[in-house]
Amino acid sequence: MTISKKESINFIPLKTRVRGYIKHPLSLVLLLLVIGAAVIVVGLVAILIGHLLIKGVPHIKPELFEWKYTTTNLSMMPAIINTLIITLLSLVIAVPIGIFSAIYLVEYAKKGSKLVAIIRITTETLSGIPSIVFGLFGLIVFTTMIFKGYSIIGGALTLSIMVLPIIIRTTEEALMSVPDLFREGSFGLGAGKLRTIVRIVLPYAVPGILAGVILSIGRMVGETAALIFTAGTIAGVPTSVNRFGHTVLDVTGSGRTLALHLFELVQNPQTPTDRYFNAAYATAVVLLVLVVGINALSSFIARRLISKV
Amino acid sequence: MYNTNETTLKIRALREAAMKILFTIAACVSILAVLLICVFIFANGIPAIAEIGVTKFLFGRTWKPNADIYGIFPMIIGSLYATAGAIVVGVPIGILMAIFMARFCPKSIYKIIKPFVELLAGIPSVVYGFLGIRILVPLIHSFFPEEKSGSGLLAASIMLGIMILPTIINVSESAIRAVPENYYEGSLALGATHERSVFFTVVPAARSGILASVILGVGRAIGETMAVIWVAGNAPIVPKGLMSSVRTMTSNVVLEMGYATGLHRDALIGTAVVLFVFILIINLCFSAIKRGTK
Repeated sequence: MTISKKESINFIPLKTRVRGYIKHPLSLVLLLLVIGAAVIVVGLVAILIGHLLIKGVPHIKPELFEWKYTTTNLSMMPAIINTLIITLLSLVIAVPIGIFSAIYLVEYAKKGSKLVAIIRITTETLSGIPSIVFGLFGLIVFTTMIFKGYSIIGGALTLSIMVLPIIIRTTEEALMSVPDLFREGSFGLGAGKLRTIVRIVLPYAVPGILAGVILSIGRMVGETAALIFTAGTIAGVPTSVNRFGHTVLDVTGSGRTLALHLFELVQNPQTPTDRYFNAAYATAVVLLVLVVGINALSSFIARRLISKV
Repeated sequence: MYNTNETTLKIRALREAAMKILFTIAACVSILAVLLICVFIFANGIPAIAEIGVTKFLFGRTWKPNADIYGIFPMIIGSLYATAGAIVVGVPIGILMAIFMARFCPKSIYKIIKPFVELLAGIPSVVYGFLGIRILVPLIHSFFPEEKSGSGLLAASIMLGIMILPTIINVSESAIRAVPENYYEGSLALGATHERSVFFTVVPAARSGILASVILGVGRAIGETMAVIWVAGNAPIVPKGLMSSVRTMTSNVVLEMGYATGLHRDALIGTAVVLFVFILIINLCFSAIKRGTK
């Protein structure tokens, strides 16, 4: 092990340290407290994840991935498909709006303008609103007023509002990390503002933006409270028959996502039997792997971005 | 190569202006979203609160939708108790963990435990709730076998305390890391031990950031729904002890919204109004602290 210059100056041999602790028992107590906290946190995570994996993995069976949900197979496949659809729809809505807002905030807005201050406050407020309040808003506006019932699209719209602050903030950070030299060079070559943003600034900021988008996907996949009263809890992919007689996806129908599927498996049966709990464990494992995997991907991309700069 | 006659220039200027307007409109969407959320939640909740009577709604101790009695005092107290419990459970461990990560652990250990904290942050709240009902509730019940069940205020507090850990750890850690190295070195030079230097010079210097982390955690705890709904017991009563059943404002909405109609439905939205006001106050505190540090 190589010791850097600074560390070698601050290096204290064990013997001196022990003597120090005997002299200053308070320091020893503080050290033990800190280590204790670390042990608790690590142990806690190990217990939670370990319990989930031990109880869940053996129950991940092929019938849980059958295309249609029935009360005998308790399949999570429709829920996975619904999660995919809702996430994609929300991204289609939230990503352009989020990126455009960030472009305005970083590239166009004058520093200290009133509008920027208001936008900052509202995005901060938006990121602090609990998901159940988003869910109620969706219930009032999308479920009751616009779509007259639970719908995938209503859920997607609700989620897109919910993740908007995440996308705005991460895109802002990505845009601000682009050196001004790039912009000045582009202007110097005669490019306009728009061209500079589209051709020079945005390509450089793509990894940061992508990390933010993936982070918001993770948030959406794990979301429950905002979806109960918007996307609803029907256990199937909503379809309808179009005028040519084909069965097609119907985003105005209700369908539950994977997180809601887990919620319903525990909440809905009057007396949840072991069969339901086992399916719930398996669903929880799949959900956890998905969300944690998505988050890891996001921070991996963000870290690569940092090492690149 | 560039065609610089007047029409192209005009078109280009027009495109620039149009895109600028588009970006500005997009930026205003979040303002619109907050306004719409406020308007719709308040417009649906406040008339119901007025109809029931402000004092009867906020301080009424009985919640009986069947008899048209809507008092959410037990839920307000329930949310406050559970959040206070979460602070008691989560804040000391969280801050100590943040201190450990920022100032005590060697890089090699840091690389191992950082993912653990990230994992804790990544677990979806419904999975927390599920783990709560499967691990925590039976565990508490085994300590208090005379109780009907292990669910209640204690379980809800522990659950929320665990949930706010990553928020507190991450924000506090970066606050502690942001303290200039001089503080620490100055204290060492005066003869203080490593532990004393960290706890009595570095940590106090990071207090506003640590306070911000606690406030963020409070906001997260009071607004959390799925992690508490299965472990809190959910009886709409003012909790009398740690093992007493509690119902938070958030669970009140989720439990009954599915079948509520008329005044009952609006009273539930009124519950969300009260929750929303709490959250707005917490947000204001948070941004006040943030501005104070700058």
